[in-house]
Amino acid sequence: MSTLTSSDSLSVAPPPLPVSAATLCTHCGLPVPTGLIRAGEPAQFCCHGCETAFSLISSCGLEKYYAIRDELQAPTKAVRASDRSFAEFDDAAFRTLHVSGSPGEACSVELFLAGVHCSACAWILERLPRLAPGVLEARLDLRRSLIRVTWDDGAIKLSRIARVLDAIGYRPHPARDARSRGVRIAEDRRQLIRLGIAGACAANVMLFALCLYAGLFDTIDTGHQQMFRWISMGFTVLSLAWPGAIFFRSAWAAVRARAAHLDVPIALALAAGGVWSVIATVRGHGEIYFDTVSVLVFALLVGRFFQARQQRSAADAVELLFSLTPASARRVEGDIVRDVPIEAVRAGDVLEVLAGESMPVDGRVVSGRSLVDESLLSGESRPIDVGVGSPVAAGSVNISSALHVRVDAIGERTRIGKLMRLVEDASCRKAPIVAWADKASSWFTLGMLGLAGLTLAVWLILNPATAVEHAVALLVVTCPCALGLATPLVLTIAHGRAARLGMLIKGGDVIQRLTTPGIVYLDKTGTITLGRLSVVAWDGTDESRALASALEEHSSHPVARAVRDFAGPAEGRRVERVHQITGGGIEGLVDGRRVLVGSPEHVFARVAPDAGSRSRASACAAQGLTPIAVAVDGRLAAIVSLGDAVRPEAADVIADLKRRGWRVGVLSGDHPDVVRRVAAQVGIAETDARGGMSPEAKLAVVREAQQAIGTRGTVVMVGDGVNDAAALAAAGVGVAVHGGAEASLAAADVYLSRPGLGSIAELLDGSRRSLGAIKRNLWASLGYNVIAGGLAVLGLINPILAAIVMPISSLTALGLTLKARTFAPPVAPTFRGAR
Amino acid sequence: MSVLYVVVPLAVLFALIGIIGFIWAARGGQFDDTDTPAHRMLHDDDD
Repeated sequence: MSTLTSSDSLSVAPPPLPVSAATLCTHCGLPVPTGLIRAGEPAQFCCHGCETAFSLISSCGLEKYYAIRDELQAPTKAVRASDRSFAEFDDAAFRTLHVSGSPGEACSVELFLAGVHCSACAWILERLPRLAPGVLEARLDLRRSLIRVTWDDGAIKLSRIARVLDAIGYRPHPARDARSRGVRIAEDRRQLIRLGIAGACAANVMLFALCLYAGLFDTIDTGHQQMFRWISMGFTVLSLAWPGAIFFRSAWAAVRARAAHLDVPIALALAAGGVWSVIATVRGHGEIYFDTVSVLVFALLVGRFFQARQQRSAADAVELLFSLTPASARRVEGDIVRDVPIEAVRAGDVLEVLAGESMPVDGRVVSGRSLVDESLLSGESRPIDVGVGSPVAAGSVNISSALHVRVDAIGERTRIGKLMRLVEDASCRKAPIVAWADKASSWFTLGMLGLAGLTLAVWLILNPATAVEHAVALLVVTCPCALGLATPLVLTIAHGRAARLGMLIKGGDVIQRLTTPGIVYLDKTGTITLGRLSVVAWDGTDESRALASALEEHSSHPVARAVRDFAGPAEGRRVERVHQITGGGIEGLVDGRRVLVGSPEHVFARVAPDAGSRSRASACAAQGLTPIAVAVDGRLAAIVSLGDAVRPEAADVIADLKRRGWRVGVLSGDHPDVVRRVAAQVGIAETDARGGMSPEAKLAVVREAQQAIGTRGTVVMVGDGVNDAAALAAAGVGVAVHGGAEASLAAADVYLSRPGLGSIAELLDGSRRSLGAIKRNLWASLGYNVIAGGLAVLGLINPILAAIVMPISSLTALGLTLKARTFAPPVAPTFRGAR
Repeated sequence: MSVLYVVVPLAVLFALIGIIGFIWAARGGQFDDTDTPAHRMLHDDDD
């Protein structure tokens, strides 16, 4: 947050930006550009959006928002209102999907809001009834960025509420999958209730156990002793029958499926301890293990609770990104254009798609001409030219100008929809990896039963009266509680630390898979490269650079942006009579000089080139780059090569992966020549650089590699596009990079929220250390079990010793986990994701 | 010490009431969002 004040600005050198450091926007606190400063006014704004938000907030008497925000020193952002009408929020199809309540009455809806970050947001948003009269109540869930709005449908329309939210800087999006979220919330509640009951039972049983143990050393009235034993039994039976039942159910399922699962030995220990103690209580004499059993249930549930919560929050974060993708379309109805939810669109409708929007459907262009970026679907980095009659696919982005598109296919029937089905298929068929603890559990169960049998046999000879008691003690004390906690604890802490470093890990087995090197397949567009057009080489004068840049200020074409980014801001040049030549380029007068920037064919037709320029342009095209030519005053001034530039860190990351023993390959939908050039640049062998791959071909390559490598290694796929989604789902570990498409997020096991490939090395390091921590934990708990089992065979374990030793083993697991370095905090401040 | 036969079951009864109260609160959604209320109460004094 900017802390510049007017007195500071006197001693600090003025920044090179054309803004006054003393004037900050009243709404967002960012510097106000000099041109917008209004002399003598108390309120100053950096943009129109902030001004609208401020006047809306202050007209409702809610200026306190600013005081709260300043107190919190919350990060602020300029308001970028979208100026959308949100008319689709009033559509009948939208209502049936997202709104509960009938028209004209009190209705409620859940909306995801972009840009919610602190309690000042909560304050202003929950005062929505004052900002938008007619709203009855607004409740914000800060962690999920979810607002629940209840409004009087007779007094205000939902679209109006949405516009108010948008105007104060929180763009609303309908929350998807309301039903599955309901199921999840119910499951969360059940889990919490189980944990609460188990905790309460364990605590109460321990209180009575303490009294009984004290009675062992001192004296205790037999009547009191019996009462305490019966009460302990009541609590333990409650604990085993309700929260503890999940262990018995899962163990029974594992036994029936003849699968190895850690819950089998756990259930065995709980059952042995519980049943024996109940018999002892009813008979009125004999040892009881109620305290150990109820604490076991509680400790195991705590481990599971944290594990589930961690995975839930990763899923929530991804779901939020999902909901931020637009789910509405603009339908052309005669002369008017109406916003409708995507569910209301039918085949044959005509939709308007503005520049910068993505195609909501598959269809054909009926009017307009534009450039379309299909890189998400095809991996092709160059935008393609579309005109009347050209097919366009859902998910591609319209770049340069508005198009009218007749709908051919919607939803599941689009190409992207079919791809999504492939993704689901691939994720179902992913081979499950058996966790170490589960693998060990069948040996463990056999060991436990064997030792118990041995104990029984030995003591039947030595002292038949105590034989069963010693066998039960052995079963209780060798319950693999620490073993059950070891993995979830490490994974929970590791996933939490990774999330803070911008790596959202969705699956529990990712860490284990990433420690066995195999093959890493990288997507090209957007993964190895930046995924957008930029200038690779400028073969011409510096003057041509400045002139072209000034002219390109007037175009939104991707080429124009690349030129501007390369040449820097053009200051103070006078640009007149700009003329766009569709498919050809742009021309105009810059400081009185005639400048033409465009495709070589077009420029060469107007300005005679020399032989050198012509060959440079064709050499550039042969390399897979896009050439453009610049002419000034009728003379050729520059040949510019444009391409998708390689990320600066890509070569280092790939070299690092190779050092770690991974084979690195490229799978791209782009032209093979381009792929080979990029592969050579980042040091990937030509045989491993495969271009021209369809999404289906990528999936096939990943499957083949997975089969060939078997369990000896892991196939990792790193990508960002929809065209990678199926391969991401099929790969051992799918990694979606920053800014990726919705589909790739859904399919991937890991989502990197920081741009670039740098996080991959951290991910591998962290995984290696986390697996090390898990192994240490497992060995420690196994060691404990061997010692405790030995003591039990010798008949040295009594309930007190069991109650003392059992928590020690769990605490050891916890201590080892907290001490372990899993994912290290960032060493140097690196650039962070904008989201 | 026969008072224990009254007091201890009474204590157990209280514990059970606590457990039932917790179940009721969790089912009612009191623990669904544990973050926002902490912020809400800070600013609730003006209206």
